[in-house]
Amino acid sequence: MKISNTPHPPSKLRRRFIKGLITLPATVLLSTMVFAAPPTAEVNTTGLAVTDDTVKVGILHSITGTMAISETGSVQAEKLAIEQINAMGGILGRQIEYTQEDGASDWPTFAEKSKKLLVKDKVAAVFGCWTSASRKAVLPIFEQYNGMLYYPTFYEGLEQSPNVIYTGQEATQQIIAGIDWVVKNKGAKKFFLLGSDYIWPRTSNKIARKHIEKLGLKVVGEEYYPLGHTQFNSVINKIKLKKPDVIYAIVVGGSNVAFYKQLKAAGIDMTKEKPLVLTISVTEDEILGIGGENIVGAYAAMKYFQSLTNDNNEAFVKAFKKRWGDDIVIGDVTQAAYLGPWLWKAAVEKAGSFDIDKIRKASPGLELTTAPEGYVRIHPNHHLWSKTRIGHARSDGQYDIVFETDELIEPDPFPKGYQ
Amino acid sequence: MFSEYSMTELTSIFAMQGFAGLLLFSVFVLMALGLAIIFGQMGVINMAHGEFMILGAYVTYLTSLFFSNYLPSLFGGYFFVAMILAFIATFTLGAFVEWAMIRHLYKRPLDTLLATWGLSLILQQTYRTVFGAREVGVTLPDWLMGSYAITDLIEVPINGIFVMVLTLFITFCVYLLMQKSKLGKQTRAVVQNRAMAGAVGINTEKVDRYTFGIGCGIAGVAGSAFTMIGSTGPTSGQLYIVDTFLVVVFGGASNLLGTVAAAFTISQAQSTMEFFLSGSSAKVLTLLTVVIILMLRPQGLFTLKIRR
Repeated sequence: MKISNTPHPPSKLRRRFIKGLITLPATVLLSTMVFAAPPTAEVNTTGLAVTDDTVKVGILHSITGTMAISETGSVQAEKLAIEQINAMGGILGRQIEYTQEDGASDWPTFAEKSKKLLVKDKVAAVFGCWTSASRKAVLPIFEQYNGMLYYPTFYEGLEQSPNVIYTGQEATQQIIAGIDWVVKNKGAKKFFLLGSDYIWPRTSNKIARKHIEKLGLKVVGEEYYPLGHTQFNSVINKIKLKKPDVIYAIVVGGSNVAFYKQLKAAGIDMTKEKPLVLTISVTEDEILGIGGENIVGAYAAMKYFQSLTNDNNEAFVKAFKKRWGDDIVIGDVTQAAYLGPWLWKAAVEKAGSFDIDKIRKASPGLELTTAPEGYVRIHPNHHLWSKTRIGHARSDGQYDIVFETDELIEPDPFPKGYQ
Repeated sequence: MFSEYSMTELTSIFAMQGFAGLLLFSVFVLMALGLAIIFGQMGVINMAHGEFMILGAYVTYLTSLFFSNYLPSLFGGYFFVAMILAFIATFTLGAFVEWAMIRHLYKRPLDTLLATWGLSLILQQTYRTVFGAREVGVTLPDWLMGSYAITDLIEVPINGIFVMVLTLFITFCVYLLMQKSKLGKQTRAVVQNRAMAGAVGINTEKVDRYTFGIGCGIAGVAGSAFTMIGSTGPTSGQLYIVDTFLVVVFGGASNLLGTVAAAFTISQAQSTMEFFLSGSSAKVLTLLTVVIILMLRPQGLFTLKIRR
């Protein structure tokens, strides 16, 4: 479904609008911008926190505890998007106010805080959660109180809730195109699957293994290590013995840093691609901790890299650095988090209402041409159509994009034949 | 599982595996020595041990930044300066913590557990505020990177050798300190009988402060060394704390030799099993073995026979 654009802002908003365009040149295609803010009683029939000139949303991430490392970028992206939307005149003539809650890397806390946001603050939307565990913890609450969550992380799939819009990739969108690429372009035949021991790496490797075996190729090893494991010398020896063409690594957190440092120290030079390292868990954010010199030469399959060249992304990177400092890097999830407020804005404007049920109905088919990753569209299953890209790690911590799929890849959270 | 490999390949892999085991052993000894002094000699359950290690790692990070910005010509040698600074910083913080908190709790050992756990949370949040929630990358000097190839298959990581040599050196220093020096003799006297030690003129408060400080200082040096093989972030210390306690308790808390023996047993068992099984099951089996041995021998592998 395509919605036509009506780019005729009212005169009193025009200056703000144009100013917004100049300083923060991200704009949404889908804009049913109205000439005067519609009355609150019309756009809010379910008692959400909407007044005549403001609307309240929630941001729910861990800013303390072990996940703060990863979630900080998402918080920054969501705040930037909200500020940009406000500078352009807000949503339905209303400025967005956010209430930020800290999930503290603790899943029951996430549940408690989401209940507070929905029941007490009556927020119109929540941008948040990062790990699957935190999403699973808040899911029953969002369904019970009929909230809307914009969830940014790439994840294992196997879920589709009417109360969540998944702005990251589900597993098949990240895995299949990546494996196809190394098989076709690097002649890979033998794979060694490696991951941290929890649901996302295990589900992802299951899909990877099925796909590799479908192609008639071989998995020579599959290994999992507890979260926080710091000694990888034994598995590196095992890899050396099995001589795979590809190490498919889904290691996360502090283990990630240990794994790549030790791989490098053990004499596996990733730039020689013997074996080649393909990962779906290392974004530019993680490389800050790993150190570019320790991972140069590895490949990553993502939908977004900071080095992507298009007008949207250049404007986004510039605005992000201006807001949060020049040293900052932007990873895949940060970009997906940035999409959340924009997709919500598009849905609200299409529905002409803040009501959750109307937003849900308006969301499928919504498209965003201003996304830093390019064009995205919401699938009826609440995930995004997006491209898969392969990045080649440079020593300065950025990726060179060496491949992108021609078409948008359809999200398929319940892939048949892969379970 | 080995039928498809040639003899040379197998020999090389087993040699590499032996080296991996020794490296794990050095890592365990290095991280456990500081705790062995604090927990073993003083009976203080220091839950903030990991955070002292990470303080050392952050000092290393700052030193590397300083050298790369102001003394780039000397960058190759910064690691030694960093380790000394890490020792000084963690020693100072340790002595301060002992003075402010621990000394009030010597008669309530279980309360030290809670107090030091609280301290670990405070330190984590402090690191997060000061250095940011993200992990920082510590750049190594070139000579510490890469590996030394003996044959095609046998490649020895240079930073691994560095960790081993450092562990040997620190263990030797700790041995001299505890067995030969005046402070070591006083420490052992205080551990055995605090009242009597005080009566013969030992300044027990000072001994406590130095001992705790030295334990923390060694943790700092370990943290500094671990920037080569692991991550440096506000909560990275948590990655080490379980293994550290495991080694110290398994070895018999009051004996440094026991710590070394326990580190050797656990590291060899774990690295061998990791090779033949998968990572998670190796960990489960290691923990199970330790639990069973501790059930049979609750005092740990080695104990001092003293009259209490």
